[in-house]
Amino acid sequence: MDLQEYFKLVFSDYTLRTITIGTAILGAICGMLGSFAVLRKQSLLGDAISHASLPGIAIVFLITGTKDTNVLLFGALISGLLGAFWIRGIVKNTHLKTDTALGLILSVFFGFGMLLLTFIQKMPNANQSGLDKFLFGQAATLLIEDVWFMAIVTTVCLAVLLLFWKEFKLLLFDADYAKTLGFNIKFIDALITSFIVLAIVLGLQTVGVVLMSAMLLAPAAAARQWTNSLSTMVILAAVFGSLAGVIGTGISASQSNLSTGPVIVLVAAVFVVFSFVFSPSRGLLFRQIRFLKNRRDLKLHKTLSFMFDLVRTHEDKSHPHAVKILNNFQGYTRGTLKKLEEKEYIKIHGRMWSMTEKGYQFAGNLYNQNIENE
Amino acid sequence: MKTKYAVTIDDLTVAYNYKPVLWDIDLAIPEGVLMAIVGPNGAGKSTLIKSILGIINPIAGSISIYGKPYEKQRKLVAYVPQKGSVDWDFPTTALDVVMMGTYGSLGWIKRPGSAQKKTALEALEKVGMLPFKNRQISQLSGGQQQRVFLARALAQNASIYFMDEPFQGVDATTEITIINILKELRKAGKTVIVVHHDLQTVPEYFDWVTFLNVKKIATGPVKEIFNDDNLTKTYGINYKVSVQQ
Repeated sequence: MDLQEYFKLVFSDYTLRTITIGTAILGAICGMLGSFAVLRKQSLLGDAISHASLPGIAIVFLITGTKDTNVLLFGALISGLLGAFWIRGIVKNTHLKTDTALGLILSVFFGFGMLLLTFIQKMPNANQSGLDKFLFGQAATLLIEDVWFMAIVTTVCLAVLLLFWKEFKLLLFDADYAKTLGFNIKFIDALITSFIVLAIVLGLQTVGVVLMSAMLLAPAAAARQWTNSLSTMVILAAVFGSLAGVIGTGISASQSNLSTGPVIVLVAAVFVVFSFVFSPSRGLLFRQIRFLKNRRDLKLHKTLSFMFDLVRTHEDKSHPHAVKILNNFQGYTRGTLKKLEEKEYIKIHGRMWSMTEKGYQFAGNLYNQNIENE
Repeated sequence: MKTKYAVTIDDLTVAYNYKPVLWDIDLAIPEGVLMAIVGPNGAGKSTLIKSILGIINPIAGSISIYGKPYEKQRKLVAYVPQKGSVDWDFPTTALDVVMMGTYGSLGWIKRPGSAQKKTALEALEKVGMLPFKNRQISQLSGGQQQRVFLARALAQNASIYFMDEPFQGVDATTEITIINILKELRKAGKTVIVVHHDLQTVPEYFDWVTFLNVKKIATGPVKEIFNDDNLTKTYGINYKVSVQQ
């Protein structure tokens, strides 16, 4: 099956449509919430939470013996929340820094989870329990009920974001200031952390414990490159996340033996690289172009300001001077002279040049900091 | 007439871990003064302000704003944090940051409207930053960022202003802009409390001063107590500045 065939199938094949819609919704909610995690400089929080959810899944299985995904994910939610709030507790009550607390919770919870997982696999009657699908995700197991559930959670999350938009922004930018204004920052913080945990748990079935944090970070990191507005960033991250979900599902469905989760993550990574290179204001490419242009402009300005110093000494500003005078000056070439004429800053008459009124004005204000050139 | 106090602090003690940062501070700040808090690094100047504002929980002591606890008087108080305390690469504009000053009076959930925008624009105008209102904040110079922070506090429209090193690393233009605004605030009867590092400018800028080094060394009118004796007590070395009286 090639990609074209896939897009036809999306509209006819039930399973494929379910998975595509599911990954699109997942990408959207992860992108939105990921923006907040990235701006709070808590990029690794997602990684810690997703790893911390593993023992929850295993414990619920051991207690209930069920393979029902929703029940298992409930366990993941509890242990993910526990991990998240322990991290905050550690940071608040000990001398440890956030990165240490994150690493500690991540490895301890994940280690415990792996221990339980291997224990379960060696239990009689428990072979094929399929819990390891949560490690790397298995999009094919998505059911329409799962997708509905994702859609509901995403809608609720969107509503909360819109409702508390002002408070979230304030917390992200300046938490201490938010506190002095009388906002309960613990509540806002707990709200946003809870939604991040929820989004991660929703994604475990599709993308898995190990790669889940990329779903949060990659769309947000890509979106940050294109805009300087928080709302645009959140919307863009949601769009990037959705696109990564849809395209990733498409690629993995059209090739055999490509599991969906990793492909989605790789597609998101392509978005990131593309954004880092090509974004107009922050991208590497345009930065280089701007650098070269600046250097060219500066060369022109140097010549022009030398000419300005000459012209300034004469009463008549359009008084012609010999081109020869410039020969002793370093920045000068025939090329720069021509460019200055193109910009109508000077006029050239054979071997003489004179400065125009426009050129005189421009040169006079070249190094004047107080004039805004916008 | 009895002096009215804007801020009253009794027996305030603050400690990080085991080390006391502020020790048994008693301080009464009269209404309408322009006060500098001076002291060496680690003297607890920022901590004092943060304790008054409820950002840090003290171990002991009580603080009141016009006789009532801070929680009940929030709307009377504005705050300018240290410029370095936030990430200036945050995706937002100067106007948007200044609008945050109006969030406190708005309260939960309500969104800022045209009235809040007008307040913010006026505040930007006062600090001379109106032409930069739509600039992304990372594209502002350090001095401009400091002025945006000041504008945000002005948008709070408060009676008492706390500022944490507003003159830190700013150019002369910004320093003059800021000090003129502070003097205007005092003229309007507001109380302004500034953590300040440049001892040379204290007599010129301020009318009230508090010397702090973990303990309160002295507090009072600049003309009476800003002298070599108190400076030496505060900074621990034989400190001499030429004080022009």
